[in-house]
Amino acid sequence: MKLELRGITKRFGTLVANDAIDLVVEPGEIHALLGENGAGKSTLMNVLYGLYDPDEGEVLLDDKPQSFDGPGDAMEAGIGMVHQHFMLIPVFTVAENVALGQEPTKALGALDIAEAKKRVVDISERFGFNVDPDALVEDLPVGVQQRVEIIKALSRDARVLVLDEPTAVLTPQETDELMEIMRQLASSGTSIVFITHKLREVKAVANKITVIRLGKVVGTAKPDASTSELASMMVGREVGLTVEKSSKQVGDVVLSVENLAVLDDRGQRAVNGVSFDVRAGEILAVAGVQGNGQTELAEAIMGLRSSLTGFGKITIKGSDMTGSSVRQVLESGVGYIPEDRTSDGVVGAFTIAENMMINSSYTSRFTKGVNINFSARRKIADELVKEFDVRTPSAETLAGKLSGGNQQKVVVARELSRDVDLLIASQPTRGVDVGSIEFIHERIVIERDKGKAVVLVSTELDEVLALADRIAVMYRGKIVDIVSPETSREQLGKLMAGVAA
Amino acid sequence: MSQIQLAKEERIGFKSPITMASIGVFVIIFFGVLGREGETVFEISRRADLIQLPSISIGSSSLGWVSGILLLLIAGYSLSSSLKNRKTPLWVSVLYGAIGVIALLGWLAAGNQVPLTFIIGTSLVLAVPIVLGAMGGLMCERVGVTNIAIEAQLLAGAFMAAVVSSITDNFFLGLISAMIGGALVSLVLAVFAIKYLAQQIIVGVVLNVLVIGITSFLFQQWLTQDAENVNFPGTLDIIKIPFLSDIPVIGPVIFENRITVFVALIFVPTLYFILFKTKLGLRARAVGEHPLAADTVGINVGRTRFWWVTMGGMSAGLGGAALTIGNAGAFGREMAGGFGFIALAVVILGRWHPISAALAALLFGFSIILRVWANQVSPGIPTDFIIMVPYVVTVIAVVAFVGQSRPPKALAIPYTKG
Repeated sequence: MKLELRGITKRFGTLVANDAIDLVVEPGEIHALLGENGAGKSTLMNVLYGLYDPDEGEVLLDDKPQSFDGPGDAMEAGIGMVHQHFMLIPVFTVAENVALGQEPTKALGALDIAEAKKRVVDISERFGFNVDPDALVEDLPVGVQQRVEIIKALSRDARVLVLDEPTAVLTPQETDELMEIMRQLASSGTSIVFITHKLREVKAVANKITVIRLGKVVGTAKPDASTSELASMMVGREVGLTVEKSSKQVGDVVLSVENLAVLDDRGQRAVNGVSFDVRAGEILAVAGVQGNGQTELAEAIMGLRSSLTGFGKITIKGSDMTGSSVRQVLESGVGYIPEDRTSDGVVGAFTIAENMMINSSYTSRFTKGVNINFSARRKIADELVKEFDVRTPSAETLAGKLSGGNQQKVVVARELSRDVDLLIASQPTRGVDVGSIEFIHERIVIERDKGKAVVLVSTELDEVLALADRIAVMYRGKIVDIVSPETSREQLGKLMAGVAA
Repeated sequence: MSQIQLAKEERIGFKSPITMASIGVFVIIFFGVLGREGETVFEISRRADLIQLPSISIGSSSLGWVSGILLLLIAGYSLSSSLKNRKTPLWVSVLYGAIGVIALLGWLAAGNQVPLTFIIGTSLVLAVPIVLGAMGGLMCERVGVTNIAIEAQLLAGAFMAAVVSSITDNFFLGLISAMIGGALVSLVLAVFAIKYLAQQIIVGVVLNVLVIGITSFLFQQWLTQDAENVNFPGTLDIIKIPFLSDIPVIGPVIFENRITVFVALIFVPTLYFILFKTKLGLRARAVGEHPLAADTVGINVGRTRFWWVTMGGMSAGLGGAALTIGNAGAFGREMAGGFGFIALAVVILGRWHPISAALAALLFGFSIILRVWANQVSPGIPTDFIIMVPYVVTVIAVVAFVGQSRPPKALAIPYTKG
């Protein structure tokens, strides 16, 4: 099916998320929509999918104008979408999730579960997905959940399939498999819109590339365009794709973790017998597909999550910190960039200055006796805003009003401006624009060169390869191996899938 | 797979066996060793029943001994489960509870009779408003709307049923208007919660206060002045189902009741079927768990919530009718008397599941009749103690056996698009 978007404009208040965007996707074409975080890709797709009403412009399918009142209409018209945040109900089975909205029924409106399962198995077999229709979605790994999303779209006869950042949760091998599926679908006539910010994938699979920046189409390109050309189109200036890094000068062990085991929120073992050391002056990257225990590992080191009784020992600078409170850990000289900026990193309703002192609200440079030293706080906050290049009218602006990248810089500024010996950075650049990514990466390397120990938890292989001095790959709560950054992507992919070398 | 060393946090623990053993010891000491003199007679059949079963007579303190030992044996089974790191199965806990109840009845009624049919039957009748209220609450919560206005819905239903039945002299119209009364309260909740995205708890509190106020005002100014014409509905006829009502115990308890009880008995499994086996239920649960996901497959979240909340109100309204024309025979000021809040607790205790919630409601019905009956057979025992027992049991049951429950994920979160 041919998809055409004509002059789509969508405004949120004063912000123009999409500005007169035109896009044509021919039948059987894999069309990549390339853009930075916050460029307006997802907004555009939500307009296409009927979740948002466009302020101007129209959507055409096979040259016929469409008007969608909701996602139901879009689906009816043949548009299927695999969302970045999966639209699956965790407590339902695969079959129930796929059936939802177009349920096969028997008498009395009773669900025909057998028929629902058959639909899943049919599609699953056609594409070699290997998905169990009876499994509860919450028990499945994210890669499989994504396949369920694809099955969901296909079971609705989608002839235009939109994939929103589909590779963010996959290992390199799974990514290759997904690309193969995309090619297979395209050759059967399905039009595919592939939304991403990863240049390598675009070049590998797309037939045509449209680049958007700040809500506007800035150009189109062929997949044979060079990576740096695409990158500068996407960002709007020349970008350095590599991080400058001198060779490491390691010192003493700063953090030592021995046989750590931690439960997740559901009472399952998320971390299961993990041991490693991090020395001063090195960056240890903890790589792996999301949901293999990295989050819980970082939280356990910080004291946010308790380790299992009788298991594990966390030693920081030679003193035993197992079972310590968060405050004790922070005061022992640890900086922490949490994974979820909006819920754990900053308080949106606080000003930047307030956020800067939030983990040193007791005796610190921000206080005078039991009071806040307002003049000192203002001075420090202004300096930090300048030093860390936070783009804001003033340090008294609410943190919630900042863009993701600038919020993250506030977090980084807060953590690095304290005198720390160990930095735990969990997904420090997730959902952050390229300019801020470069900046944050540089700051992390500076800390390492100053002789600090850094633990970088990241699911982005590019980030891991750019920064790490050693890479620990986690799979199902265990460290499969600790390898050097010279290891090939392919080899790392295997480790991420749990195959030990 | 190799044996994994389990940490303390991963073990099932010994909460269940310890609780069970302590209660067992308590029963042996207080009901057995220090037990009361006299025989307890368990009457299985009523005098009017067609088939007469013999009563069972046993010494009160011997019953204490026997049941205490049985309880300890079950505690032992629970201990062996814990040692194997398995949870104590639910049926074992239920059996345990049943034996405990018999021990309690036997102790209370030393030298007296225990009319089993009467106790179970009355528990059921008293539980009906709680059951229907809980089903109403459950229907709202399953689609993600917190309904703490069950009390208001019960009261509105009770009021409407009494007044309309009195004026029209027609119970059918009374029942219909009770459902409308409950639904009207729900409508206010639905409009504020779904359309205006108001804080649902606050709307619920306001509705409770409002309906208590309105019904009390009307009761004072109107019903008491003209009681004969507007608050004298009488009660629904008791329907005896032929043959089935002659079965011992089950017959009089289940098949010889007012229409409100039958409706509740049919509605609970029906709601279970709708929620878990039909398209409607699948969609409703999807809306309560992840409304955005439901929206992306073309389910209208607002409309689904609206209908379920309204239907929930009808169920609770009918529960209100069970208070007046299904039991007391007239409306009284604030007559729901906290049943709505008990229903709210029952929803959680029953983990948002119709069958378990209905069983939990029965427990509360039983606690009410136990208080009344125990006062008659053993005037010596402080009433306050007896009132306390079912609640203590509930607390223990929740802590030791129910464990962590998982409410619908999107509960109380308004849904907005874009």
